[in-house]
Amino acid sequence: MADASGTKSMSIIVTKGSLDWAYPPFILSTTAAAMGLNVTLFFTFYGLSLLLKNLDLKMTPLGNPAMKMPMMGGHMGMPNFMSMIPGVDAGATVMMQNMMKKKGVASIPELRSLALESEVRMIACQMTMDLFEYTLDDMIPGIELGGAATYIEVATQSEINLFI
Amino acid sequence: MADQTLDAKGLNCPLPILKAKKALMALPPGGTLEVLATDPGAVKDFAAFSRTTGHELIEQTTEGNVFRFVLRRKA
Repeated sequence: MADASGTKSMSIIVTKGSLDWAYPPFILSTTAAAMGLNVTLFFTFYGLSLLLKNLDLKMTPLGNPAMKMPMMGGHMGMPNFMSMIPGVDAGATVMMQNMMKKKGVASIPELRSLALESEVRMIACQMTMDLFEYTLDDMIPGIELGGAATYIEVATQSEINLFI
Repeated sequence: MADQTLDAKGLNCPLPILKAKKALMALPPGGTLEVLATDPGAVKDFAAFSRTTGHELIEQTTEGNVFRFVLRRKA
């Protein structure tokens, strides 16, 4: 809950690590911090890849019938089998990155730096770090390790708790 | 005339808000910041930003496709 100074808090559990799903946690956390909230992000499972020093975010249209890219004045989806063809996912990733650049959408490295700069607290889930054999050396500086109890403590003190 | 102008034209959500907040905090309390943006979402967002933070939105105008906001840093 709001602390003694009246500052509110938000926490987000970040479970996804693809280029598209990287946006909601970083957009919401930087914006909430700009609006004066204390923000904590808890990265677990595939969300951990958003903390890697070498960000290499990709996306896939596989199993995502709602992913329709603007094309020739319309919108085009991609049948699942297309994703099996080498280079198609890489192509979709580049296409998305170009589209974002053209529309003035921030890049994930930029949003991540802004989040760190605005003192968004970032916790990497210890259990999934061990599971996927990552160490703190693989991750950007300024993050901490923690487990479920660490997150729950944060959640009990936050007005807003999201799962992405 | 605002003390400082931030050109956020061509930037999309949430960059106009993030850059405005940064610029606002570089001003002394009571200082004013003019923000120029082309993101239509900025109209609702700056109003919400102002209500939540207490940095007052003292002006909001539209000229063609450019939205102009003037914020006053909370005292």
